[in-house]
Amino acid sequence: MRKLTCIICPNGCALLAEQTDDGILVSGNRCPRGEEFAVSELTHPMRTIAGTVRTIFPEMPVAPVRVSAEIPKERIFDVMRQINAAVIETHMSRGDVVIADVLGLGVDVIVTGDVK
Amino acid sequence: MTIYDVLVIGGGPGGLAAAIAAKKNGAKVLLLEREERLGGILKQCIHDGFGLLRFGEKLSGPEYAGRFEDEFHALGIACEVRTFVTEIKKKKDGFLVSAVNSRGVQEYRTRTLILATGCRERTAKQVAIHGTRPAGVFTAGCAQHFVNRMGQMPAKRCVILGSGDIGLIMARRLTLEGAKVLGVYEVKPEPSGLTRNLVQCLEDYDIPLYLSRTVTRVFGTERLTGVETMRVDDAMRPIPGTEERICCDTLILSVGLIPENEIAESLGVPLDPKTKGPVCDNRFMTMEDGVFSCGNAMHVNDLVDYVSESGQIAGEAAAAYAAAYAAVRAGSVKPAADCEKNAAGRAGRRLISLQTDGSMQYLVPQCLDLSDCGDGPVFYFRSRESLPEGTFTIWVDGRVAYQKKFRNLKPPEMERLQLDVAGFGLTERSDVRISIVKGG
Repeated sequence: MRKLTCIICPNGCALLAEQTDDGILVSGNRCPRGEEFAVSELTHPMRTIAGTVRTIFPEMPVAPVRVSAEIPKERIFDVMRQINAAVIETHMSRGDVVIADVLGLGVDVIVTGDVK
Repeated sequence: MTIYDVLVIGGGPGGLAAAIAAKKNGAKVLLLEREERLGGILKQCIHDGFGLLRFGEKLSGPEYAGRFEDEFHALGIACEVRTFVTEIKKKKDGFLVSAVNSRGVQEYRTRTLILATGCRERTAKQVAIHGTRPAGVFTAGCAQHFVNRMGQMPAKRCVILGSGDIGLIMARRLTLEGAKVLGVYEVKPEPSGLTRNLVQCLEDYDIPLYLSRTVTRVFGTERLTGVETMRVDDAMRPIPGTEERICCDTLILSVGLIPENEIAESLGVPLDPKTKGPVCDNRFMTMEDGVFSCGNAMHVNDLVDYVSESGQIAGEAAAAYAAAYAAVRAGSVKPAADCEKNAAGRAGRRLISLQTDGSMQYLVPQCLDLSDCGDGPVFYFRSRESLPEGTFTIWVDGRVAYQKKFRNLKPPEMERLQLDVAGFGLTERSDVRISIVKGG
């Protein structure tokens, strides 16, 4: 039995997840996403991360970025190293891809603000 | 000189939503922003999780602001950036706003004002910490600005005082950028940030949270070399003998936010000591006719979605107020007899105050305008204590008029509710009391 706090939405439901013979039994969730979250936490925890990428523009030395979808929790620092190695050298718009398919995870790193 | 219907001060999420709503409701709108770019504090809130309620998506701060900026510009709303409001004078037909920018001193005339000035961080001066005054003590928002906007790391080994959301977010952010966060210290017995932030910012990165423990002293001459922490008793007094010295180069303070209301105070707008924002009616008009408040200037929100919502409500209301004023001026509507002193000439407000007790940290709005409660006022409130179950209860003249059960009430987590009050039989003489009754 594991106690978890769902981080999918601001409700932050207190979950109980139990490994049974019929799979993982989840209680305390107010919506189906809570069950999904608990199962994922017990099998392959996923997270999103956000950071900044350096630019060559003095008036905006760094640009905000995030991953376009969840990545495995244990790869967070690997992805951070890629984000910190990148440099933006052209003007970009919100949503543009900075690093495509980062580390082959099937997820892009995108800018979340205009770079101009 | 152009007379605006609605002048919005502040281009963050509250001000943007207010300006957009006012414009869509036919008002001539001007927005003033002191910084170079719109978006307010969201520009430096690069983490995701914004807009879950409004857009059903997990956006970053800049993305959330960007969506509103796009709409703002598409509507062609007038806007002055790098413009700082210095003074506002009440005139018989509205307000005269003085501001400075690169072109010198500017003056603007407007029928209504929306104060969307956000909030400020409580600083080191406002919490009692002994010792020297070395470099390396930052508010969480200041550290966030360094890292996320300037690309500068302010810390290698740091201690965070206060478990407010920005402190938790910065604990994760600094860790991701390679700093060692030694711990988050909270003087209260309960954390003050959202539960989900405790999980995804601290637990995920094995950052310890110390409750009922605070920073009592800082060390260092040029740069911070360490801090002393102590356990506190039930009255939050440090307990002698519990001192512990921690080696670190940075202390980050996340010890609370206070609504920014210097302009409101200069206009004589009464503030609520509980929210530290203006006392407002259900349209978020302050007790000064024609002056509206929204977002974190009205009360500190934990979700930007509600900041936008309050901006929208204030924007619509300001536009309607200005339109009513214009109708009176044009002679198409006679001003109500009871409000001749009211420059706007719309029917005077019929206000009743909503009285709360100690069960609530605060309730917004603080009063209702009975002449304008049409589509159901939106209420925001915070419980004083953590309750597994609590019932939000409204008494009118001693009778229970409304009850709603809430699960998992926590002081850091604001609750929202929209209520049709039409059936409550309210009059200006009604005695309305609202409290949270423990249990279901």
